[in-house]
Amino acid sequence: MRVAALSLCAAVWAATAPTWADSPARVVSINVCTDQLAMLVADSGQLVSVSQLASDPRISAMTEQAARYPANSSRAEEVYLMRPDLVLAGSFTARATVDMLRRLDIPVAVFDPAYSLADVRDRLVQMGDVLGREVRAAGLVAEFDATLESLRDAAAATPPRVALYYANGYTSGENTLAGQILDYAGLANVATEQGFAAGGFMPLEVLAMATPETVITGSPYRGPARAEEIKSHPVIGVLQRGVPRARLADRDWTCGTPFVLRAIADMTELRRALQEDAQ
Amino acid sequence: MRLAVTLIALVAVLFVAALVTGPADIGPFESLLALIAGGEGPMPLVMREIRLPRALLAVLIGGSLGLAGAAMQGYLRNPLADPGLIGVSGSAAFGAVLAIQTGLAAAFALGLPLAALGGALFGVFAVLVLAGPRGSSLTLILAGIAISALAGAFTSLVLNLAPNPFAANEIVFWMMGSLADRSMTHVWIALPLILAGALMLATLSRGLDALTLGEDAAEAMGISLRRLRLTLIFGTAAVVGASTAVAGAIGFVGLVVPHLLRPFVGSRPGALLWASTLGGAAMLLAADIAVRIILPARDLKLGVVTALVGAPLFLHLIYRTRRDGL
Repeated sequence: MRVAALSLCAAVWAATAPTWADSPARVVSINVCTDQLAMLVADSGQLVSVSQLASDPRISAMTEQAARYPANSSRAEEVYLMRPDLVLAGSFTARATVDMLRRLDIPVAVFDPAYSLADVRDRLVQMGDVLGREVRAAGLVAEFDATLESLRDAAAATPPRVALYYANGYTSGENTLAGQILDYAGLANVATEQGFAAGGFMPLEVLAMATPETVITGSPYRGPARAEEIKSHPVIGVLQRGVPRARLADRDWTCGTPFVLRAIADMTELRRALQEDAQ
Repeated sequence: MRLAVTLIALVAVLFVAALVTGPADIGPFESLLALIAGGEGPMPLVMREIRLPRALLAVLIGGSLGLAGAAMQGYLRNPLADPGLIGVSGSAAFGAVLAIQTGLAAAFALGLPLAALGGALFGVFAVLVLAGPRGSSLTLILAGIAISALAGAFTSLVLNLAPNPFAANEIVFWMMGSLADRSMTHVWIALPLILAGALMLATLSRGLDALTLGEDAAEAMGISLRRLRLTLIFGTAAVVGASTAVAGAIGFVGLVVPHLLRPFVGSRPGALLWASTLGGAAMLLAADIAVRIILPARDLKLGVVTALVGAPLFLHLIYRTRRDGL
């Protein structure tokens, strides 16, 4: 009997030990990127709810894990009723929501989007800090660094030139996470050549004249929209002759999480395919 | 005759200008050579798959809107009847949006323009019923406002309920119209209905001329008013529906062009039909060149430019109608 009680104590201790005395116990995340970082870093029971987007396979890489948490719709009213002692939000989360929660005396930790691979490490560390899970975060960072290193490949003399093309003709230049993923995978970004440092709209004509070896399009949303028709324009078909229907999985590209490693691996594979094609 | 030559020359010049205007940095002679001769490289691709369909659509759609405006104005004997203002374009846009969101447009090639034609038919029919065969300007415009508002509300509702997050932003496209990033596919979907509708409207020439003498006189001259009315409804719905399906609702072309050309054809509504077709093509080509020169990297909507030109004229026409005590 005593042994059982002791082991129960031990179990409780083990579950709570890594969490500091003042670390938050009821955390609600309202942004798809903080959702995933929190699910990776948080202690069991610490995270109370994640946003609805975390269950959208188009944009979230952790839909299975997200199914275990009650979903919230990222609205102040609903979040307040969950009685959180910490809310995790992205800096692009509706300002009004964040301000409202702060007025209600709920601490909100705001995470900036990641613009580079170094930012991914920083976000993991930041999540470890706010959740009081520094050790877990450090472990994830070490794992991230190791995998990143293993993905490093002998740089090609002439990297294949590709372009990222999303709905409405939006593209990403070098100072974006997507641009950094291309760069690490050894691909040259046509948007950068055209003077797009960050993101911007590249007219289809300009894209065609830049003659990329292939065009990588974003994953389509559910349901039709004129904005996405541009990705099936005949010109895109011609430009994609290198790798037909090169498409990126948005869930691995959108957020600064360790899942960008999968995006890098995909792009490395694409680069090899393009290089073999060229030979 | 001189008017025809002038207008054809104007359309030809603007067509070439539209072909050599664009964000890609290519010289005018090289680009035209690439268009005609083809060959390797990106230039023929840009010319044949991006700029050519855009210019062709501007001609087809501008012509359609000019023709539809002239025909409706001739029939209603009212210079304020423009497919955009009286709600025909708006209802066509609703038909098109419905076809896209229900998957009808993807199901078969002509699904999109036919659905837009359905919407346009409803619009023309409703306006003619509400305004009556010789409705005053006031009832015509009021009916048009009501139909536009209703069609616009339904279009916005459908796009707001659409699962795709981009769809809601496209309300602007459907209300203002644009030719950006269209392809030859869109030319082929719009062409059959535009040609069919234009042929129907072209047969109205004699009837509309006769109608200027009054309905009794026209019937005495052997014009069947019933047939004239049906041809007008279907012809207008076909050209406006097909145009709106691929380019959104572009207003005021059908108002401005007949107004400007009426003095040159001696105010004969029959002759105004072909003149307005050419004039509409010229106006839309010019507007589409303007949107690419003013904001080359953004998709400035065509309806913005046509409204900037057309709305002041509309105000002027309203003022004149009031002065004439109609």
